[in-house]
Amino acid sequence: MDALIPLFVAIPLISAFLIVILGKLVKGFHRFLAPLTLLVLLILAVYEFTGLGKISITYAMGGWTSEGGVPVGIYLVLDGFSVLMLCIINLIGLIALFYSLSYITKYTAESNYFALFCLIIAGMNGVVLSGDLFNLFVFLEVSVISSYALVAFGVGKTELEASFKYQVLGGLASMLILLAIGLIYWKTKTLNIADVRNVLDAGYSKPFYLFVQVLLIAGFGLKAAIIPFHAWLPDAHSSAPSPISAMLSGVLIKAVGIYVLIRLFFNMFVFSYEIALVLTSLGAISMVVGSLLAIKQWDLKRLLAYSSISQVGYVVMAFGMGILLLLRGNNEAAAVLAIGGAIYHMINHAVFKGLLFLNAGAIEHRLNTRNLKEMGGLSKAMPVTSTTSFMASMSISGIPPFNGFFSKLIIVIAAINGRFYLLATLAVVVSIITLAYFLKFQRFAFFNKSTGKALDKIKEVPFAMSFSMIFLAVLCLALSLLALPSVRDSILSPAIDVLMQSDLYFTSTLGL
Amino acid sequence: MTVYILCFVLFLVGLYGLITRRNLIKIAISLSIMEFSIFLMLVLIGYIDNGLMPIVDPGLSAQVYVDPLPQAMVLTAIVIGLATTAMLMAIAIRLYRKYKTFDIREMKNLRG
Repeated sequence: MDALIPLFVAIPLISAFLIVILGKLVKGFHRFLAPLTLLVLLILAVYEFTGLGKISITYAMGGWTSEGGVPVGIYLVLDGFSVLMLCIINLIGLIALFYSLSYITKYTAESNYFALFCLIIAGMNGVVLSGDLFNLFVFLEVSVISSYALVAFGVGKTELEASFKYQVLGGLASMLILLAIGLIYWKTKTLNIADVRNVLDAGYSKPFYLFVQVLLIAGFGLKAAIIPFHAWLPDAHSSAPSPISAMLSGVLIKAVGIYVLIRLFFNMFVFSYEIALVLTSLGAISMVVGSLLAIKQWDLKRLLAYSSISQVGYVVMAFGMGILLLLRGNNEAAAVLAIGGAIYHMINHAVFKGLLFLNAGAIEHRLNTRNLKEMGGLSKAMPVTSTTSFMASMSISGIPPFNGFFSKLIIVIAAINGRFYLLATLAVVVSIITLAYFLKFQRFAFFNKSTGKALDKIKEVPFAMSFSMIFLAVLCLALSLLALPSVRDSILSPAIDVLMQSDLYFTSTLGL
Repeated sequence: MTVYILCFVLFLVGLYGLITRRNLIKIAISLSIMEFSIFLMLVLIGYIDNGLMPIVDPGLSAQVYVDPLPQAMVLTAIVIGLATTAMLMAIAIRLYRKYKTFDIREMKNLRG
């Protein structure tokens, strides 16, 4: 099983290069190879998931294992948390790619699109698997540089402007991350995440590592678009082609932003009260401000992008709350709830935000507009889009039978159990604001009177697009099963355990 | 310690340029300055006074070598920096074709 781990990076990299080389020669080659790649990756991820259980597997690249207890090579680590992320990345990737088969026909240079798509998947899989700080940085840049190119794929005025802004802020973030990695190496003389923890356990100077942690929060906060660092997200996510928006909003900001932040703060650094407080308050601020900014948007994809900021705020806030509760030490059950709720909401957000961006893409595909004021009366003309987007909207605003309700409920219960009454109130209020702006989207896009455009000419989108949307909508319902204790134990618990027992990561990775 | 402070000053020069310049090319140059300040810092971290180049000779014992790992990191980071800069320049050229100017104040389609 451990020999399969490098395949998660190798397969998409190889097919990206094959598509670039052969895509121009063999007609339709990329349309066949790219979905096949993602399908194989998804099967691999699910296979690893079912076989993994509560153990973690370490793979040393090139056979360079440890020398006297100190790792010399690059490690890839597969544990409960990373395998869950792998499943989500490859699942959303496969759906978005299948959707692209119809959607991308209006652009030129199709083969480049599919090659970049495979690269972005390779980078994200690498970030999630990497057990080495610098290797993590390299894979992060692979996925982020291909996302710069994909944001600018339409090469119009707005796309280029958004991409330039994204690149400047993304470049700044990368520099901050590299600086932090350099500082960590300076003090600990190691880059392996588990080994850094081992060194830190022997004693460390707190002010220095607080500075490093602040640099990392700024760097990965820029990648994850937590509120003071969010300026690029609405532009980039609304300008990209819709399947790419679904990938960026659904997976990329989580895989290269939140996942890394959480992995490093739980499994590498020793918890500190100040940082936990910063994370919690940043999460709460982005939750509130993101939703308030979303209300006044009339551009559909901008509205969805701001709502991403708000939902990501829930996840960061819940993780911060988990650290605070673990530090307090007297309420472990609430900490488990908070961390479990955060992971659950992360999965749910990937599914319903992916679905909403695919819906926005379907509307844009038929109407050629993103302005809510120019839509209206689409519920009769596009029944599949209308129904699936209604399910996703209800799910994201936390209406009971759907998955979003349960994850938000778990976060709120954790906040009340941990006596964070203000945060619990904010979470509920933001959920109501979310419902308000998604009802606005539903009303203006699907139920309002038509605004003059000839509605009878508008048809439902092609099969590949509607199938992807229906699949994700069913997943929205199915994921609510994760709230059941028995299902939760088998799927979420391994991930929660990795984060709760923070020493487990380095003992199992280093084989101590 | 002075060299590290100088690296940090270089970093701040880049950051200042990034914030104040209005020209797309100058913004890209400022980002490169920031990058190279960090590369310099990484190389300096691995430097040891009177260290030899890190090729281990079994005949000689008790030698002092400079740390090779930051050098490998910097080489990788330079390649990544090249890719970022190339991408940034490609977008800047495309923007120039659309707007006929490099002035960032002219490009304000996206707001709100």
